[in-house]
Amino acid sequence: MTGLGGGVVIVPALCLLFNVDVHYALGASLVSVIATSSGAAAAFVREGYSNIRIGMFLEVATTLGALLGAYLTAKVAGNWIGIIFGVVLLYSAWSSLHKMHDAPPAGPPDPLALRLNLKGSYPVGEGRQSYVAAHVPQAFAIMFGAGTLSGLLGIGSGAVKVLAMDGAMKLPFKVSTTTSNFMIGVTAAASAGIYLARGYILPSLTWPVVLGVLAGSLLGARALTRTRVKTIRLAFVVVIVALGIEMIYNGVTGRL
Amino acid sequence: MAEEAEHGLEQAMGRILQIGVTASALVVSIGGILYLAQTRGARPSYQHFQSATAQLTTVHGIVAQALSLNPAGIVEFGILLLIATPICRVLFGVVGFAMLRDRLYTAISAIVLVILLFSFITSR
Repeated sequence: MTGLGGGVVIVPALCLLFNVDVHYALGASLVSVIATSSGAAAAFVREGYSNIRIGMFLEVATTLGALLGAYLTAKVAGNWIGIIFGVVLLYSAWSSLHKMHDAPPAGPPDPLALRLNLKGSYPVGEGRQSYVAAHVPQAFAIMFGAGTLSGLLGIGSGAVKVLAMDGAMKLPFKVSTTTSNFMIGVTAAASAGIYLARGYILPSLTWPVVLGVLAGSLLGARALTRTRVKTIRLAFVVVIVALGIEMIYNGVTGRL
Repeated sequence: MAEEAEHGLEQAMGRILQIGVTASALVVSIGGILYLAQTRGARPSYQHFQSATAQLTTVHGIVAQALSLNPAGIVEFGILLLIATPICRVLFGVVGFAMLRDRLYTAISAIVLVILLFSFITSR
């Protein structure tokens, strides 16, 4: 709901607080990301906010990226993963404060979007508002990057996915966030096979993390309806920025 | 008519995701409780990377371990169910779009499915 997934907190928490090796932390986080995104996506897709065509089309890019990212985790040293992670955290914090536009784009729609049927409508009040995607090639390229980061860092990289759909395709805010969520599970599943084969997913560490995250997301969804989203978002951003700086610091000093 | 069928596909995808997550949470909880009941002694160290037990890195091995009621195997089987959930969702997409006679999106969903299966096959 705040537009930021749980993965961005799990990896730094495990690495920095519990001294867990980065690779185990990535494995536990990736599995939790699948759990929360699939749980939330189930509700969004039935309410008709997520666009399954746009999601499916862009998943070609994110899953290919995820394979590359998961392949790279074994090649990249732990402290570099820490540094890249920190930078992504800082970007996520910045993007969640950034104001999203909700106005339909000016100018003619992308002909490629029409040919690929990348359009739809979503519920607004009584009726439905329709939209067509813009800048399809750019969005596809950004999604490949989002998939790579997801596979490399064991996160959903929702912030980058929203950048592709909100920033490039100019989709309505609600459609961007819910379709991003819809895609996260599939993106993570693409790297999960490689993580599993490499032994990054440790049962004894993963089960408490997954169950904790699922319970937390249920509680959070309830609390959110009663709390001001703006306050939570601000608090979350402060935490993310602190974690991001700490991950970069630990990466640079070689303590990860 | 087309609108209705499309809505049906959305409902089916939502349902499969919900069932997958619930089933996996149940299996992981059972495995977790058994794990706590059977594991005694010092907290294992996760400080240095050392790959998970060889039996738990393949689908075949995990199923075998879960069937022998090994707690770690049960947990890992639950995790496998969770990973399979979005893959099933893509499979639903292939079938669903084919039923809607949307050739383009049947093909796109099939490509995504192939990439997902590829990650499991080549990584072994």
